Amino acid sequence: MRTYDAEARRLRARGALVATVVLLGVLVLGFFRVQVLRSSSYRLRSDSNRLRALPIPAPRGALFDRHGRLIAENVPGYAISLLPAPVDSLRATLQALAPPLALTAARIDVILAGARRYPHQPVLVEGDASFEQVSAVEERRVEFPGVLIEMGPKRRYVAGPTTAHVTGYVSEVSDQELARPEFEGYSPGQIVGKEGIERQYESLLQGRPGVRYVEVDALGRIVGAFQGRPELSAVPGQPLRLSLDLELQQWIDRIFPDTMRGAVVALNAEDGGVLALYSRPSFDPNDFVGGIDADLWTGLNADPARPLLNRALNGVYPPGSTFKIATAGIALARGVVAPDEYMSIPCRGGMQFGNRYFRCWRPGGHGYLTLADAIRDSCDVYFYQLGLRIGLEPLVEAGNRLGFRGRCGIDLPGESAGLYPEDLGYWKRRFGYDGTPAEALSMAIGQGPNAQTPLKMAQFFLAVARDGTAPPPRVVVTDSVEPGFTLDISPENLEWLREGMRRVLRPGGTAYLSSLEHWDLMGKTGTSQNSQDPERDHAWFVGLAGPRGGDPEIVVAVIVEFGLSGSGVAAPIVAKTADFYLRRKHGIPVDTMQTLGEHLRAGRPARWAVWR
Amino acid sequence: MALRAAFEKWSLDAPLVGAVIVLALFGVAMIYSAGQLEVPSSVTYGIWKKQLVWLLLALMAFTVVARVPVRWFEWAAWPAYGLALVLLGLTVVMGSGQGTAQGVRSWLSFAGLQFQPSEFAKLATILALARLLSARQDLPATLRELIAPALIVGLPLGLVILQPDLGTALVFVAILFAGLYWAGAPIGMLALLASPGAGLILSFDARVFAAYIVLLVGFVYLYRYRLYLIETVAVILANLAAGTVAEPLWNSLEPYQRARLLVFLDPGADPKGAGWHLIQSQVAIGSGGLLGKGFTLGTQKRYAFLPEQHTDFIFSVVGEELGFLGTLITVLAFAFILRRLVRMAELAPEPFAGLVLFGIFGAWFAHVLINVGMTIGFLPITGLPLTFLSYGGSFLLMSFMALAISVRVATGD
Repeated sequence: MRTYDAEARRLRARGALVATVVLLGVLVLGFFRVQVLRSSSYRLRSDSNRLRALPIPAPRGALFDRHGRLIAENVPGYAISLLPAPVDSLRATLQALAPPLALTAARIDVILAGARRYPHQPVLVEGDASFEQVSAVEERRVEFPGVLIEMGPKRRYVAGPTTAHVTGYVSEVSDQELARPEFEGYSPGQIVGKEGIERQYESLLQGRPGVRYVEVDALGRIVGAFQGRPELSAVPGQPLRLSLDLELQQWIDRIFPDTMRGAVVALNAEDGGVLALYSRPSFDPNDFVGGIDADLWTGLNADPARPLLNRALNGVYPPGSTFKIATAGIALARGVVAPDEYMSIPCRGGMQFGNRYFRCWRPGGHGYLTLADAIRDSCDVYFYQLGLRIGLEPLVEAGNRLGFRGRCGIDLPGESAGLYPEDLGYWKRRFGYDGTPAEALSMAIGQGPNAQTPLKMAQFFLAVARDGTAPPPRVVVTDSVEPGFTLDISPENLEWLREGMRRVLRPGGTAYLSSLEHWDLMGKTGTSQNSQDPERDHAWFVGLAGPRGGDPEIVVAVIVEFGLSGSGVAAPIVAKTADFYLRRKHGIPVDTMQTLGEHLRAGRPARWAVWR
Repeated sequence: MALRAAFEKWSLDAPLVGAVIVLALFGVAMIYSAGQLEVPSSVTYGIWKKQLVWLLLALMAFTVVARVPVRWFEWAAWPAYGLALVLLGLTVVMGSGQGTAQGVRSWLSFAGLQFQPSEFAKLATILALARLLSARQDLPATLRELIAPALIVGLPLGLVILQPDLGTALVFVAILFAGLYWAGAPIGMLALLASPGAGLILSFDARVFAAYIVLLVGFVYLYRYRLYLIETVAVILANLAAGTVAEPLWNSLEPYQRARLLVFLDPGADPKGAGWHLIQSQVAIGSGGLLGKGFTLGTQKRYAFLPEQHTDFIFSVVGEELGFLGTLITVLAFAFILRRLVRMAELAPEPFAGLVLFGIFGAWFAHVLINVGMTIGFLPITGLPLTFLSYGGSFLLMSFMALAISVRVATGD
């Protein structure tokens, strides 16, 4: 048989034609299946491909302070993205964008990794571009092919870091949050409150996003409105008025020692409203809007000063001598001491109890003291005896009733609970021995197993400033004042507590230099030892202030970490905070020269000062 | 019938040339449609005019080449083949990606012009293979006799794989098998030649591969009177080797190539990444229905869901806008052209002409099958354009050169 004779070619041609018909026939059958038999499902997908329900972001409720000043608002924000393109041309565009948008090489790599993952989706370059950056990009638009600039509402915190620990911040809802029931109905990418008021009142502030239907192309570019379905308009979030006094908060930020860490809580004696809640160091919540820079986030977390820690709510410090007011209050309420009664053992710099000698902070001793003078001098020996009179079990029980083991219940998320023995079994469980009466001595002066947040100490002194009861502090004041705890103390005894604290700021009192011209300031110092640096105690001062002859109107609790001296460092902050607030409340011009100490240092006459 | 007279005067095959020109004009129309987007893109807007210019150039080249004496093609076969190898070698060294084929170094720039040597190489390889096979007058009866033809095709094929352009490589495989088939190689022999390829694919699972090797040994045993022992051993060793290198070979593929092969098996695995092309192409074709959404009105295309709608996925535009009717008529047009090539090969005046014609048939058939098959997921996406329809100057030019050579060699003088 010849290779190319006619018969052989005929057979091969026939074979080739059969193969052609069979293979093309299979192809046609495949198209018949896709285009005729299954056409309707593909048509549906084609329609849903280009119809997109776009959320219309609901403007988040604004935050105002008690005087109607703006704390958080919504401003127009800009997001810059790049349309899909080959990675090399994306890289070129990003490098051109790097100077105006301040993109680092690492950031560019992150963006490109995202672009490789979703090669047909626009890739976000900057979620929160400034107006200047947008202008710079717009000016040279031709140099940046495929740049997409979109506008949407953006949160802005007027006072930034100053109010950060109250407001919290917002950012995109996380996958973990979406899985929780309270975020039902939220969609990925939606902006939610993460901390502070933003998180606590998320459901009120969020509002309800609207929906509009648009036709989009594969790159997500809106090609036109879709007329088939009506638009559902957004319901704006509810604005909130806080009890916070923004100017007071800013004043505290100004007077708090620059290099120091600590917290300030100021409460309105009238209703327990939070006038100021300050923690230093702080962070700028505006950095979180539109996505926080990874380096910045790492830096905030790695910072040994822990700027993200809200020391007012989550800083738990031994209360030290400030707790003596609680001991005194408990003793008076139980009737185990009379206010004018001299304690049987005079202070000679300490006292013997059992086989141990308990020292007073003042080696020289205080002699015979009544309650008010013992508060003025913060005499440990007096309070040791008070603790013995109360007894360990009643002291533990009363501390629990006053909430030293719990949370105040402020309307902010994540408040830390205080540390305080639950019952007498605590020592057994914790240390392996039964609590002895000697524990009462330590507990009475605020030592031992006792640590409290600045907020809790402020709330306790709130009860002294009021009628012995204290509601939970509130940032957003509601009409109904919730019951908190009560000291259960008579008005006369309450007045004795205040008198003792008043003497702290009188001649001979440790904080006399913090006394004020116009106001009846009273308070209690405290130092708390800390494990980080035994040489440098944390400094406490908690004070009450109001017009002379009237009830206290403001309670201020201050802790300054490693501040050494409650009277020297913390007390002036309390005094200046209270003075600023009360002057403005009562229409007296504000003066930066406030305390007696400041007047003396400046050589200014201090008419109210009394010298022995 | 002046046209008819003109065709006869040039002794051209009127049905074939007519069908090709109609198809090419249809291609220009579809490329025009591919530029009709909601958000026009500079990549596709107005390119139909360029394609029309290229079509006119191609027709001019066609009229010239269609008058070249057949002997010249025979003489030119080996020099053209050598040039093709050199050019392909250059692409591997200094080639660049172009347009919708960014990742593939298949383009050469010369004096401001870009062209794809692999298009030229296909034609040159068809000619060279035809020279080689037409030189012998008896059937290639042993596997050993297939080594030389396999090498002729294997060299350019290897260079194309280095670019790396898998689609074009498959076309070279089709050219080899078409040539051997037309030269009379027994089907069983071709199967043995193809068996290492099957071994490569089946090695994904050890048990499947073992079963395949058992079947292969059985087949070789039945076929024993046609094989030398050394050939038997070679076939089985080649299959075992294919199974062994499969994994390193797989790992040496570019990530996008691996992704494309994986999404061919499961398009839903990465719908926004590697599966995007296939899913959007299927949605485009499926939503076209029986009669289509109308010329230029395909929404998948208009809203840019369909990628590479002017090159590799032009057939998806046909499917979306002209429906099943449009795809059926287009496939029938290709069937007509292919049938005509087979018929011309059958009637060819000499072995060389028949081998050239059948080689061109093989190449075009592969293009149609691979390109159209990938748009609905019958075959993996390999980035191969559709003859006469896809946008691309050098591709159109080379296709018309092949057409010119076809009609020329068929006349026999």
